[in-house]
Amino acid sequence: MIRTFRVLSFATGLAALATTAAAQETPIRIGFITTLSGPAGSIGQELSDGFKLGLAKTGETLGGRKVAVTFADDQAKPDIGRQHADKMVESDKVDILTGVNFSNVLLAIAKPVLDAGVLYVSANAGPSQLAGKQCHPNFFAASFQNDTTSEAMGIHMQEKQIKDVYILAPNYPAGKDMVAGFKRHYKGNVAGEVYTTFNQLDYSAEIAQIRAAKPSAVFFFYPGGMGINFIKQYDQAGLKPQIPLYTGAFVVDQSVLPAMGDAAIGVRTATLWSEEFPNAASREFAAAFETTYGRIPSPYAADAYDTVLLLDAAIRATGGRVDDKAALRKALESVKFASIRGDFRFNTNHFPVQSFYLTTVEKDAKGRLYNKLGERIVQDLKDSYAATCTMAP
Amino acid sequence: MAESDPHRPALVERLAPLVVVALLAAVPPVAQMLGDPFLIKVATRVVVFAIAAVALNLILGFAGLVSLLQAGLFGVGGYAVAIAAHHVFEAEPIGFSALAWEGSTDLALTLPLAAAVAGLVALVTGMVSLRTSGPYFLMITLAFDQMLYYGAVALQKYGGDDGLQILTPLSFAGWDMSNRWRFFYFALTMLAVVLLVATRLVASRFGIVLRASAENERRVAVSGIPPYAHRLAAFTVSGAVAGLAGGLLAAGQQFVSPADMHWVRSGDFVVMAVLGGLSTVWGPVVGAAAFVVLELLLSSWTQHWQLAFGLIIVAVVLTLRGGLSDLVHLAGRSRGAR
Amino acid sequence: MLILEQTLNGVQLGVMLFLIASGLTLVFGIMNFINLAHGSLYMAGAFTAAWVQGVSGSFLLAIPAAVVVTAALGAVLEIGLFRRFYARNHLDQVLVTFGIVLVANEVTRIVFGPVPLRMPLPPALAGSIEIVPGLPYPTFRLVVLIVGLAVAALLWAIVMKTRIGMWVRAGSSNRPIASAMGVDVDLVFAALFAVGAALAGLAGLMAGPILAVQVGMGEPILILALVVTVIGGIGSIKGAFVAALMVGLVDTFGRVLLPPALGSMAIFLLMALILAFRPKGLFPVHG
Repeated sequence: MIRTFRVLSFATGLAALATTAAAQETPIRIGFITTLSGPAGSIGQELSDGFKLGLAKTGETLGGRKVAVTFADDQAKPDIGRQHADKMVESDKVDILTGVNFSNVLLAIAKPVLDAGVLYVSANAGPSQLAGKQCHPNFFAASFQNDTTSEAMGIHMQEKQIKDVYILAPNYPAGKDMVAGFKRHYKGNVAGEVYTTFNQLDYSAEIAQIRAAKPSAVFFFYPGGMGINFIKQYDQAGLKPQIPLYTGAFVVDQSVLPAMGDAAIGVRTATLWSEEFPNAASREFAAAFETTYGRIPSPYAADAYDTVLLLDAAIRATGGRVDDKAALRKALESVKFASIRGDFRFNTNHFPVQSFYLTTVEKDAKGRLYNKLGERIVQDLKDSYAATCTMAP
Repeated sequence: MAESDPHRPALVERLAPLVVVALLAAVPPVAQMLGDPFLIKVATRVVVFAIAAVALNLILGFAGLVSLLQAGLFGVGGYAVAIAAHHVFEAEPIGFSALAWEGSTDLALTLPLAAAVAGLVALVTGMVSLRTSGPYFLMITLAFDQMLYYGAVALQKYGGDDGLQILTPLSFAGWDMSNRWRFFYFALTMLAVVLLVATRLVASRFGIVLRASAENERRVAVSGIPPYAHRLAAFTVSGAVAGLAGGLLAAGQQFVSPADMHWVRSGDFVVMAVLGGLSTVWGPVVGAAAFVVLELLLSSWTQHWQLAFGLIIVAVVLTLRGGLSDLVHLAGRSRGAR
Repeated sequence: MLILEQTLNGVQLGVMLFLIASGLTLVFGIMNFINLAHGSLYMAGAFTAAWVQGVSGSFLLAIPAAVVVTAALGAVLEIGLFRRFYARNHLDQVLVTFGIVLVANEVTRIVFGPVPLRMPLPPALAGSIEIVPGLPYPTFRLVVLIVGLAVAALLWAIVMKTRIGMWVRAGSSNRPIASAMGVDVDLVFAALFAVGAALAGLAGLMAGPILAVQVGMGEPILILALVVTVIGGIGSIKGAFVAALMVGLVDTFGRVLLPPALGSMAIFLLMALILAFRPKGLFPVHG
């Protein structure tokens, strides 16, 4: 009896070993499409650096299985992104796709990728279409819904009873979404609402209009180089001490702060992650990032890193089975992991329910600029599109 | 070489377009054999870009006009097809009561529409642009391209900067076009027709006037033929074909976006034409193939792929003055010498 | 008051554009060479200045560094590559310089990394001056305005009044005769190209504190400079100056007064309109 049991357990042990070995022979394939060239190339670099660091932590595995990642540059062009997505889905046979930073690129690739049965787990872009009407069982945003960071700032400025806010954003859908999100919660008087050309260089005309309008605060959304231009010029115009600046996440983060310099001191942000987050996972990430890359991480890198932790936990829950998409979807929907953002869970539309915090740009002991963590603005904010999501496959 | 008649191209050159089309036609079966259907998509993209580049070369290679409006016209065609399909999907007619049109997903209707709209835009912008020449022409076409680009960004109803997705299946006179084999051969047929028409056009009296006025405008004008009218006609035809190509791109990838209209994309078309060779009708097809494949391969191999791409462009301009089709000329010549 | 400030903004933007367009139009008009890499020289000026300032902490040291480095880069490019293209058609010139743009961007990214550089202003220039009561204006923008105007005057004086200017004009109109007269045309052209490059470098240096010092910063400004060059008439310094002011003012007021979509198109509309009626620009130089 005992002998039979031993033989049996030996056999099952062998079988288990065999399956693990087989699983390790074929790595999980991941496609990572992002903007690596051009002025927005720094965003893609942050995202891929964060992702690579996440994989370094998990030993290049997800849920115990080896991982093979293919990177590609979308050049910030939707059709180029689409080509890479087609190639990864059809030729490279990836299991999971991620990395896209521009909403227009993501919208161009989402439908064919998701319809082909590949999971897309966004480490950055979270357009409203995919949170609402076009939501899809195979789409998960580990990052955020585009509107939510400005919604959080709207909540904050409404709470603080700030009147007469002047609003600026670039004239493209994400800019309009940001403003719409802000106004969803901010009910005070809007002193002016200006949409500028995407990638505009000079803001002196707009700044002169602000000076003349004398608002009590400015809410703006200028990611990347636009933000550097605007903040430098706003500071040089001498308006910063009189009219404070407020913005959503991804505008004054570490991918641009060194270039902005002291001009950015005092800018307030509503963010989902700050380099000062006190939880253990976040501290570990921030320290590892600085040792590896020699700079402070941005929320881009943080979300990409967190995406790895999320995938690792979900795939572990399925026992390493990524080919069973239904099981993986279920595992993702109820995923539990030590997020660097603290609590993390998915809403019914596969977008995160998460808290937002106020940060202010200050100088640290080494004289570097960073986003000093302030109060929590809102707990468990859900995006406002989930209601229109029917999740029909 | 001295004995070869310049008006009668060598056999190898006359066969070249056939060989190019045949090689492209072989892609789907080969892709099937390799178990890699993605190659068909790459080939479709090559064919679509080739149509636009061949069209550009009509005015670039044969009339000597460097236009940066090609991407704009390409995008206009794309938007024509996508908007017509969008209105069907939304079940919302275009226009008012009596003049309302419910839109269409039939490419037999929307592709000619794309060509017509793009041709019209080319006609109007060409009337102004062709008053200038040389670098001024380059810049005024860039200006019109930027206007079309910003115009598309401002189309909030049709997605603005996010672009417009085609969410309904498209057909051609009752044939379902979502089958990628069928769509590829459909696009390839278009390319073959465009090549044939372009070859005839270039060899015709019209083409001779066009080429002559590129070389010596005054002499042509003195002989009583108005170069302006000929150029305008060529510019309009080229624009219409670009619109057709744009319509095909939108249909093939199921979306169109303002990024397809940016002047840099116009520059890409110029690079394709030059890379392939400006002196032949079919050269740009080779250029488009080289461009699409290089762009795809280089940008998945290395983050700094634009460094390699830039060096390749410099090397080609320095060495191969007639583009890649020069290689065929060289082969033809060396055979003739033997 | 607001109109005064916006006018000043427009003029200042125009003067900035003139700095870049002047080098472009010189090379374009005299060597008959379209140089798309002019924007890369502007980027080189900004990066050199930002780097030197970052290392040394001195804005004053960054000024000669940016000018000398871009002049040297320009001379190297002219002698090593571009010289062979003067006799070729415009298309080949556009392509080879476009290739250089791609190379320049990637080399810059490899050398300086993907994150934009920092270029703060020295305290003396950081504040603002009250030009009329109640209207403070950034000091540095006034400096840009003055430097631009000074460069414009200097260029005009050199080209019109000096022996060097005469050589330059001789080289452009009749190269064989100029050589016969004992002018070393090759040397004059290399020097001229270096001067054009230095002007772009100077513009880059002055843009550094106002704009983002990042890879690809040259292209948007190059397009604007080309617009200015063409509106003014290729090769005309006077034309470039007038056109730069027009573009600066139209862009500034277009952004304030027109709806956003039209505002972004304003300068392209301006160019199309001017070329429709004056196909060789406002001040045509050749024929």
